[in-house]
Amino acid sequence: MPLNTRPNIPDHDDFYQELIDSQRDMSEAQAEMMNARLILLLANHIGDRETLREAIRLAGGKAS
Amino acid sequence: MLKTYQFPQFPYVQSDEQKSGRPQRHPVIVVGAGPIGLAMALDLASRGIRCTVLDDNNTVSVGSRAVCYAKRPLEILDRIGVGERCVAKGVSWKVGKVFFRDRLSYQFDLLPEAGHKMPAMINLQQYYLEEYMVEAIMASPLVDLRWNHKVTGLGQADDHAVLTVETPDGVFMTEADWVIACDGANSTLRSMVGAQFTGHFFQDRFLIADIVMKAEFPAERWFWFDPPFHRNQSALLHKQSDDVWRLDFQLGWDADPVEEKKPERVIPRIKAMLGDERDFELEWVSIYQFACRRIDNFRYGRVLFAGDAAHQVSPFGARGANTGFQDTDNLAWKLKLVLAGDAPEQLIDSYHEERAFAADDNLLNSTRSTDFITPKSPTSRRFRDAVLDLAESQAFARPLVNSGRLSSPTPYLKSSLNTPDSEPFSGRMKPGTNCDDAPVRSAGKDGWFLNRIGDGFGVLLFGETPPVEEVAHGGVSAKVLVVGRDFADSEGLLSRRYDARPGTTYLIRPDQHVAARWRSFDIGKIRAALARAIAA
Repeated sequence: MPLNTRPNIPDHDDFYQELIDSQRDMSEAQAEMMNARLILLLANHIGDRETLREAIRLAGGKAS
Repeated sequence: MLKTYQFPQFPYVQSDEQKSGRPQRHPVIVVGAGPIGLAMALDLASRGIRCTVLDDNNTVSVGSRAVCYAKRPLEILDRIGVGERCVAKGVSWKVGKVFFRDRLSYQFDLLPEAGHKMPAMINLQQYYLEEYMVEAIMASPLVDLRWNHKVTGLGQADDHAVLTVETPDGVFMTEADWVIACDGANSTLRSMVGAQFTGHFFQDRFLIADIVMKAEFPAERWFWFDPPFHRNQSALLHKQSDDVWRLDFQLGWDADPVEEKKPERVIPRIKAMLGDERDFELEWVSIYQFACRRIDNFRYGRVLFAGDAAHQVSPFGARGANTGFQDTDNLAWKLKLVLAGDAPEQLIDSYHEERAFAADDNLLNSTRSTDFITPKSPTSRRFRDAVLDLAESQAFARPLVNSGRLSSPTPYLKSSLNTPDSEPFSGRMKPGTNCDDAPVRSAGKDGWFLNRIGDGFGVLLFGETPPVEEVAHGGVSAKVLVVGRDFADSEGLLSRRYDARPGTTYLIRPDQHVAARWRSFDIGKIRAALARAIAA
């Protein structure tokens, strides 16, 4: 399962607002903790090691 | 002296060799009478090899040190005659609890599979294990155990090594076909051969305390991350025998190792952990820091390295002594065949091949646990805490919690001694895995498979009559054992674990590992696999 880097989220503006809103009242530390939990939850949902590896590489700023 | 244990003082005896001033040539000299050196000597003796053990001290391990022994090392200890005693004295356990701050994050159960002689894990103070091994050695005419013998020099020739040894009577020289360095993490012999010993060094300090107390806590492993009684650090509580409990506190790199060892510093930490005014007595305290590293080659000429002298891991996961016993398990039979001229010297090189592979696996697991327990950056710490936080309510996060991945044997799946499968098999057994135990029955008595397979190579045949009773390559022979004739597979577990059908044939190494297997008994194939398993 290759990493899907094409637009894939319906209501993208709505999603983005939901993400930002969810941390609006948090301290920086709380938000960072939430981000860590979110990454772990989503990574587990994806599960596929190859896809996760590609995402980690891409997010780390390395060309795929 | 400990409250629960009196250390034996073993007598120094001047050897005839030193008295006469004439160096003798020993087949094997083991340097170091710690658990690995003692196991090495017992393993060699069980195979009929004479050996001499030199130790620079005259007692067993001071302090409980290594605590947890896993099933496979217990099977090895059973093969060399001390396993049953260890299990009888030790504390069997299977449940581990992991706490994060003031809550139970999750708990695991080792879920030991029934139908094995040895339990999944026991806790036992190291000095008991060493005492049992010393007693077994005293009863063996093949082992010459010499206390207060310190090795101070090493010379190597093509076919032997020369050691300079210092005793209360002065210095003498001795020779050995093979020297096994079991002289621990700070191995002197390792420096003498000029070996590299590299890896990770962790900037953290831990306090270990053994206490004696009467407590109704269950025999479980309790591990805390960031508990209220020891903020921002980890802690561990584990039961040993004689009402001795092992406590472990992470202190951080800035802790002063001298100050932190003082009872006035240690006792309040323990009181905070126990959370009440219960009575306890402090038995032994140590401050340690650790590294995960291994020697570049397990063999330097005629010197072979085993145990901590060859690899050092963090204590999380109990991978130190456990993997050391697997070193001696791997080495003893190879030495026997090479010493007897029944196998080429290359067989000794497979010791490095197989055990360095296992050491790397242990180091990887140990380093991963350490990174989880002592995160190296704020972000790493945040992920760690997120895992622990999620683990309480989310099943997916629990496998990520890493308070030590408990020792399990590393199969030699890529070993050059294996003959790869040419027919399909299912199950855990593969060429290179250690043999699973199973209950068997013979002559009206219940027993265990691993106690029945003997010390040499064996051919295990399921349910058919073999055309021969032995298959040989040169001086090495493998005795045929027939399931259903020599013993009964009393609960059917052996056949299930070995995915056996009538005619299924396994070639088993002297260290109870699978060398090869087939669906039918073919003498030519067995002989070829036997040759391969001895590097011939």
